[in-house]
Amino acid sequence: MELGAAALIGMGLCAVGFGGAAIGIGYIFAQTIETVGRQPNAEAKVAKYCWIGFALVEAIALYGLVVAFIIMGKV
Amino acid sequence: MENPIQHFEVHTIIPIHIGGLDLSINNAIVAMWVGLAVVSCMFLLSVKRGLSPVPGKLQSVLEIVVEFVQTLVYEFIGKEEGRKYVPFIGSLFLFILACNLIGLIPGSYTITSQLVVTGVFAIGIFIMTLVIGFSKHGLHFLGILVPPGIPKILIPLMIPIEIISMVARPVSLAVRLFANMTAGHTILYVLFGLAMSASLMVGWLPFGFTIVINGLEIAIAFIQAYIFTILTCVYIGDAIHLH
Repeated sequence: MELGAAALIGMGLCAVGFGGAAIGIGYIFAQTIETVGRQPNAEAKVAKYCWIGFALVEAIALYGLVVAFIIMGKV
Repeated sequence: MENPIQHFEVHTIIPIHIGGLDLSINNAIVAMWVGLAVVSCMFLLSVKRGLSPVPGKLQSVLEIVVEFVQTLVYEFIGKEEGRKYVPFIGSLFLFILACNLIGLIPGSYTITSQLVVTGVFAIGIFIMTLVIGFSKHGLHFLGILVPPGIPKILIPLMIPIEIISMVARPVSLAVRLFANMTAGHTILYVLFGLAMSASLMVGWLPFGFTIVINGLEIAIAFIQAYIFTILTCVYIGDAIHLH
């Protein structure tokens, strides 16, 4: 297999990792919505942790994107 | 359609070469100066008019920002220790926010989408936490590598893991901001290229999607600046309080 083709396949495979991050973000927001539903005046406290958790989980998806950029740069 | 990475390139405006170094003014430097000017002019303008006990419009907004930063610092570093760090954390937060938002103006450059810029921020903060820790606790600062309440026999196993997690902090800080900004702008560029290269009958759909993603990018700019600042406060608080 030539190098260009293998690099493109590798970059495409990096996108598989985004599924885990999508599940993580969905879980965080599902728990936040349930918490706000159970006790509406906890929203101010819970919302702060919700956005911190979202940014940290999304960072993992972007680490996968960085691997794709590294493969693209090495070609 | 050109390569989507192409619009991250840096174009020289005024070439300046001193010694062997390339110190030319390019569009990244101009974007940094604009960000710096916006943040500092906002505060200088409000102070020059004189701070009044009944605040006007600009002063109210700035008071909200300063109180936000102060609450953030006091929560993680503590009230007495945190007073020294409020100016630094405030300028860090506002500078990163201004640079993120200026990149969303069409035709300008996002400096935080370059790993060298975010890497310098993260390495600077890492060195700052080490200096704070060693100057406050001496060699006892190495106790941060041993979490409290574990059996003594596990300590030789925990120390390499804790060192790796300590070194991973500035790396993750830098890569998180860089990858978020780069990915956002690449998505915008690809979608807009799609909207431009399609005919008018189908081109409106990716164009609408570009507008939505632009709104998301503004939110991501705020969230990423906030996350960078909050993690900096957590790391400084860790160095001061040793868990």
